[in-house]
Amino acid sequence: MATGVAGGLTRSRRRFPRGAAVTLVLLLLAVVLVPLFARLDQQLVDLHAASLPPSLRHPFGTDEVGRDVLLRAVYGLRVSVLVGLAAAVVSVTIGTLAGLAAGAAGGTLDRLIMRIVDGFNSVPHLLFGIFIVALFTPSTTAVVVSVALTHWMTAARIVRSEVLTLRARPFVDAAISGGSRRLRIVRRHFLPHLIPHIMLAAVLMIPHAIWHETALSFLGLGLPAHLASLGNMINDGARSLLAGNWWASLFPGLFIFLPTLAISALAQYWRDRSNPRWRSELQL
Amino acid sequence: MLRAEGVVVSYGRQRVLGGVGIEVSPGQVTGLAGPSGCGKSTLARVLAMLLKPAAGRLTVDGVDVRRWRHRVPRELRGQVALIFQQPRLAVDPRFTLLDVIAEPLRAAHRSIEHARELAEEMGLTPELLSRRPHEVSDGQLQRACVARSLTLRPRYVICDEMTTMLDASTQAHLVARLEAYRLESGAGVLAITHDDELLIRWTGPSGGSIRHLSEMAPAA
Repeated sequence: MATGVAGGLTRSRRRFPRGAAVTLVLLLLAVVLVPLFARLDQQLVDLHAASLPPSLRHPFGTDEVGRDVLLRAVYGLRVSVLVGLAAAVVSVTIGTLAGLAAGAAGGTLDRLIMRIVDGFNSVPHLLFGIFIVALFTPSTTAVVVSVALTHWMTAARIVRSEVLTLRARPFVDAAISGGSRRLRIVRRHFLPHLIPHIMLAAVLMIPHAIWHETALSFLGLGLPAHLASLGNMINDGARSLLAGNWWASLFPGLFIFLPTLAISALAQYWRDRSNPRWRSELQL
Repeated sequence: MLRAEGVVVSYGRQRVLGGVGIEVSPGQVTGLAGPSGCGKSTLARVLAMLLKPAAGRLTVDGVDVRRWRHRVPRELRGQVALIFQQPRLAVDPRFTLLDVIAEPLRAAHRSIEHARELAEEMGLTPELLSRRPHEVSDGQLQRACVARSLTLRPRYVICDEMTTMLDASTQAHLVARLEAYRLESGAGVLAITHDDELLIRWTGPSGGSIRHLSEMAPAA
């Protein structure tokens, strides 16, 4: 019975999440293709079309100054995806290097790096992010730096703990006994085992970075207020929510929610798939 | 001679080895017996320079070992090979069997042709060499581990219960291969097992002695 349940769970975890993939592909296609066909004038307002509910002409309705919510949400998602990707790459790179150095070297360097990680973790992320963006003029770069510097610690902890586990494995002892130097062990044994974890951390960091960027924009600390970003749109939409204009904040919210779920589902599948034992079984 | 004197190892407050000494002579098979948990594998790791003891001295052909693990010069590390008890844990699961055997050669920037020869001697076909550890049996994997241990032509081979859980024919094949290597190279072998019958058969031809770890130095 137990085997059957475990087997069922295993099978369902291995199934490719088509819905998530389709959602993500559609959103990414929209982000890439829509700007080619429909230019958004960020300054343009049309008070005659203010606060129109969803219709065929405006599928997501219009905001309180008559801007099309769908077009702005697509442009906002484009900014969020760019920030998310850049911040994820930077933060995971910093975190991986820090975690590898701490885990592989051990001793004083490990303690020093982990105290720095604790130091960064002890400050609330958003507060620290606000402090960083306050140092720069509002821009995409400032937001990327803010997200990267407040989120590298997760990757560092994951990588360090994996390296500590790997270090204790007999095959690492065998490699040392076989004459491998420390760097070779990192390259041949640690990194290949870490890549699925690093990739997963990076992929999961993308929605996290999107949320962080949205929060900064919502607080008026991200991109300039007139530029389309999901945080700015939710902030604008929230003001007209009491007037019954639910669409102005709901649809930008869904543009954050849907890619987050889709990325999480695909990341989970990819992690399972990257296990060599399962990969082999899938090929049978 | 591979010689350990007064080796003390503790895991936390638990003392595992309390002043143990052992000598492995070149060209001989020295047996090391003892019940489970008495510290045989710990002593094997000290002799392979993988575990720094709290006290004691280790020399390899008269050279004092003062540093441990990565810090031991590569040439000295290559003098002592360790064959682990559980082959499945002793190989990187992402490697093919050829990678497993050839890794010490690659680390030394040498041709891997010798790895193929050793694999053939161990009865591993080219088809098996392309498989990953979870696609082969324990016996085939341990053959690869034995081949790996011999790639650098070590002066001493420590076999830590290497035949446990293997069938009789694989056991006989592995022992025969190590015996052939010993006779050809004059290497010293430390055979660690609690199978007394195997120890007697293995150490007999070389005139080596059998030591009992529990009698040498009871853990304090």
